Amino acid sequence: MNVLDVDIRRKNFVSSNGGEFVAIADMKFAVPRGQFVCIIGPSGSGKTTFLQIVSGLDPKFDGEVRIAGQAPGMGPRLGYMFQSPRLMPWLTVRQNVELVATHRAVGQGMPQKLLEQVGLAEFIDSYPNRLSGGMQRRVALARAFVNEPPLLLLDEPFISLDTPVADKLRGILLDQWRARGATIVFVTHDLREAIQLSDRLLFMSASPGRVVLDVPVPLDRPRVPESAESEAFRAQLLAQYPALLAGLEKSRLQDGEAVRPAALGAA
Amino acid sequence: MTAEVGARGRVRSLVPSRASFPGWGVRLFSLLLLLTLWHVSAMRADSHFYPTPIAVAKAGWAMARPVQQTPGSYTVPVKRTVGDVIRAATMIEVTGLSVQIGELPYHIGVTLIRATIAFVVAMILGSVVGIMLGRKPMLNWLFDSWIVLGLNMPALVTAILCYIYLGLNTWALILAVAINKIPLVAVTMREGASAIEPELIQVGRAFRLSTMQMMRKVFLPQLYPYFMASWRTGLALVWKIVLVFELFGFSNGVGFVLQLHFQLGNVDRLLAYAVGFIAVVMVIEALVTRPLERRATLWRL
Repeated sequence: MNVLDVDIRRKNFVSSNGGEFVAIADMKFAVPRGQFVCIIGPSGSGKTTFLQIVSGLDPKFDGEVRIAGQAPGMGPRLGYMFQSPRLMPWLTVRQNVELVATHRAVGQGMPQKLLEQVGLAEFIDSYPNRLSGGMQRRVALARAFVNEPPLLLLDEPFISLDTPVADKLRGILLDQWRARGATIVFVTHDLREAIQLSDRLLFMSASPGRVVLDVPVPLDRPRVPESAESEAFRAQLLAQYPALLAGLEKSRLQDGEAVRPAALGAA
Repeated sequence: MTAEVGARGRVRSLVPSRASFPGWGVRLFSLLLLLTLWHVSAMRADSHFYPTPIAVAKAGWAMARPVQQTPGSYTVPVKRTVGDVIRAATMIEVTGLSVQIGELPYHIGVTLIRATIAFVVAMILGSVVGIMLGRKPMLNWLFDSWIVLGLNMPALVTAILCYIYLGLNTWALILAVAINKIPLVAVTMREGASAIEPELIQVGRAFRLSTMQMMRKVFLPQLYPYFMASWRTGLALVWKIVLVFELFGFSNGVGFVLQLHFQLGNVDRLLAYAVGFIAVVMVIEALVTRPLERRATLWRL
């Protein structure tokens, strides 16, 4: 059975001046249990919008999304990791994780266990603004996993981090994914990161976003970042689908000025 | 030097830190210095209208004791109990509280109860109104001018109107004080409510927190600094306008006695009330406001 079934026909935003913006059009795919999927697309291709639909944050769309057979916002709680850590600054590290934990998770000591596993044992009672950006993201990672959710949504969670810190966090993410048997949808615009992490790559087009390419990653785990195999696979992809790379590279250059759905309001 | 101490004191109230605390020794010294200056200048002035701190302390002590027996007093000794304080401030009869107290605690007590009720009512209503206006732009458009009106309404007009409509009683006074304070609280809380971070609210929604958790752990903590700001300004304002409103034909409360001693020219008693009044404010500051503020700023350290 699939953990995630997506069939979004259309997702519009209406801007304040009455203009309409189509963020997603005809996005259709399914994710089986335990799979690690990366969604890759240029900025403004509707990646974040897609995650907000799946998590139930944005219920206004045309189409159907099912998580373990249930509508978004129903069924079990999902794990969500945002682009920034988004911790409550007035709660300690432990309280931040416990805030979103179910009674069952707290009863099993999951907050403590996870925070230890991500290497924050000694900062468990600190306030987030005492922590570095990388450590704050580890808290956000522990928070996303605390309920052992059937599906985790990660929205470019390691953006704006130094490479070693990001690599370390990716390692922690993969460990947790393996240990908990979770299903993960990971959004990024970094092809190298996607190849390093995932079982399967979904490429999205520029706005209106839809899936233009769906390929498995034929590499063994554990993978070494920027190893010969992964670089070869990347080169092969780029050679086979030059148009995709063009979009990605362009989006990188224009990152700051790209049209973002959030800027158009309605959210 | 004073400016520096002042500045440090201010910083300390925001972020409690041991290093910037001037120390009790310094405080005591500075207080003694003030008393000495006062005493010496009062001795030299040698005037009934400028009593020494010792004379003030004597007057205060005499008024603090249960039954006042000062020769040549303006009034016959009156027995006052804790129950009388509550009755005078709230018109509620209480039995069993027959501990006798002096006139100074009586009047300060009456004023304190009035101020506390007005303060609590204003904080609750002002917060509710402010949060609603801050969250719903529609309501804000509709009622913004009401708030502006309320802010600019002369305090005395509210008081006079309350007395005309409700009679010269303690509840009219409490209501007048609360009405004066509500727009101020509302404006501050509105600012806080409109500065709520949507990103954090989204976290709460993504993890499907209960309404209760959302309020207590996500929404209200963001308002807490604004709440404390209106708490501080509110306390100062309420505490002072209660006295002014007590000037109108009341027979109790600090406002009433100040007027009385002004007419009798009893500067020593006037000052004794002022000292008692300041003492109460400082106790509230130390026991309530500071601990609350410390809670609010703990995570900023």
